[in-house]
Amino acid sequence: MNTPYQIIVGLEVHVQLMTKTKLFCSCKTVFGAPPNSQVCPICLGMPGVLPVMNEQAFQLGLRAALALNCQIANFTKWDRKNYYYPDLPKNYQISQYDLPFSYEGYLDIDTSSGSRRIGIIRAHLEEDAGKSMHDESGRGGDSKVDLNRTGTPLLEIVSKPDIRSAEDAETYLRELRLLLREIGVSDCEMQEGSLRCDANVNIHILYSSDNGEEIAATPLVEIKNLNSIGSVGRAIQYEAERQYEAFQKDPKNYRFGKLLKTTAGWNEARGMTQVQRHKEEAADYRYFPDPDLVPVVVTAEQIEEVKRSLGELPSQQRTRLQAAPFSLSAYDAQVLTGQGRKMVAYFEEVAKISDPKSACNWLTNEVFASLKERSEEIDQFPIRAPQLGELINEMKQLGIKREKARDVYQKMLAENVDAKTAIDQLGYKPFDDNLLLDLIRKAIEGNRKAVLDYKKGNEKALDRVFGTVMRETKGMGRPDRIKQLLLEEVAKIEA
Amino acid sequence: MDIRDIRKVARLARLEMSEAELETMTRQLTSILNYVDQLQELDTSNVEPLAHPLPLQNVFRPDVPGESLSVEEALRNAPVRAGQFFAVPAVLDPADDLSH
Repeated sequence: MNTPYQIIVGLEVHVQLMTKTKLFCSCKTVFGAPPNSQVCPICLGMPGVLPVMNEQAFQLGLRAALALNCQIANFTKWDRKNYYYPDLPKNYQISQYDLPFSYEGYLDIDTSSGSRRIGIIRAHLEEDAGKSMHDESGRGGDSKVDLNRTGTPLLEIVSKPDIRSAEDAETYLRELRLLLREIGVSDCEMQEGSLRCDANVNIHILYSSDNGEEIAATPLVEIKNLNSIGSVGRAIQYEAERQYEAFQKDPKNYRFGKLLKTTAGWNEARGMTQVQRHKEEAADYRYFPDPDLVPVVVTAEQIEEVKRSLGELPSQQRTRLQAAPFSLSAYDAQVLTGQGRKMVAYFEEVAKISDPKSACNWLTNEVFASLKERSEEIDQFPIRAPQLGELINEMKQLGIKREKARDVYQKMLAENVDAKTAIDQLGYKPFDDNLLLDLIRKAIEGNRKAVLDYKKGNEKALDRVFGTVMRETKGMGRPDRIKQLLLEEVAKIEA
Repeated sequence: MDIRDIRKVARLARLEMSEAELETMTRQLTSILNYVDQLQELDTSNVEPLAHPLPLQNVFRPDVPGESLSVEEALRNAPVRAGQFFAVPAVLDPADDLSH
């Protein structure tokens, strides 16, 4: 899009780690449990309790950080971030301040203008807060607090301000979600809050004034309450335009450096950001090391072990699918990889039996829709890879046309039979050359005039004969073969 | 430390203080900080920063669920409750929401 400004975005993403228990206590982290039923003295912040780190949470954090190409600190500690809010019972959040366990990574994304590398400043572990439900009546009634979520392990992933458009922000989030799901770190369900995103947005404007031309930057706005990947994109787009207008009104003062960062809430219903006033001073969280938790030291061997266990990451998968023997287009590779590792494994099996292009087409044209319709994952799908491969091969061999092949596929799916059985039961029989020649000769008999016209030079006249044969085969004859045989037969006829 | 620092720290800790109390605090905290400042006289250029007073590291707990409190127990200390929830006065100024 052509705008008089450049959007600059950095994303802060919180993902809930797939643990059974909380970060510092053994309360469960089941979504949707009755309010305040998954709490204990530790996550309620009672005096005198001792938090102990969940080993699995740390391991999952390590997996994510390594998949994001981060450096791993060999020494890391936990800090208290102090603030008051009703859903934070301890009045501090245990987080990581100056020594996060990982930093300096990147994530490559495929954008419409090619591959882009988005830097990761840091990824650190912290605990979640509880949930407040405010009185919506407007009469200022009490807020209700559910502390089930307090202490749930989160990984905060902070990107560099390397994102340059709303579309790229969405691509980054989709890629991050795919990656974290594939390596088993988080289910990344935005509706359940296991992936949350805040967007730091400002814009750079090429600005001409009496002092000449300059690049002017607007003050940072952090957008919160983004509940879907689509709303992240919409909010960024809206906020950039809003900042451009604000700058036009006051180009001298609406500047980065003159106003402090502020926050804005995204109102999905109204499609707009609601910006709070720019604060006079930066938030002061009075961080200090948490004396209850001891530091963690990670060895090079541990790092190597986790790296080995990651398996093939989506970006590596895309590269591999575009190379021989698959040689898929960038688009096809992206679509397949986006469906997860199981889908890619299924594809590879089908491709090995048949061919990669047909396998990919069948998956994207038919199987994806079937899975959606049946609410199934590929590993539950009744047509297994060898059967789909067989269907593709039979189709090619018998010259079965697309629509007929779809009937075979539907029958295989509905009746759980293999390709050969389905073709047989549908009465689609193969037409060998002898059968075809019979039909061709009959068709020539029945269309004498057309054949003579053809012989006189009217090329089109033969189409009629060809069509008759095709009809007789009920679409099951291979058109190229029929054409060839027909031409041979016609050539034998004296003009 | 001057009285503005004390005022700020008091606000961050949500402590309401009279002017007289703020003055006392300024005096006392300044004296405490000066006392601790004596440590600056030591040359620590060859000393590793200490992250924790105990010589311990890598203390973990397995990811195995345990018993939580019953809802009744969990809410026992709540000054006000609304059904199974803690009830708290609404936060009036959204700008005070430093958290999320």
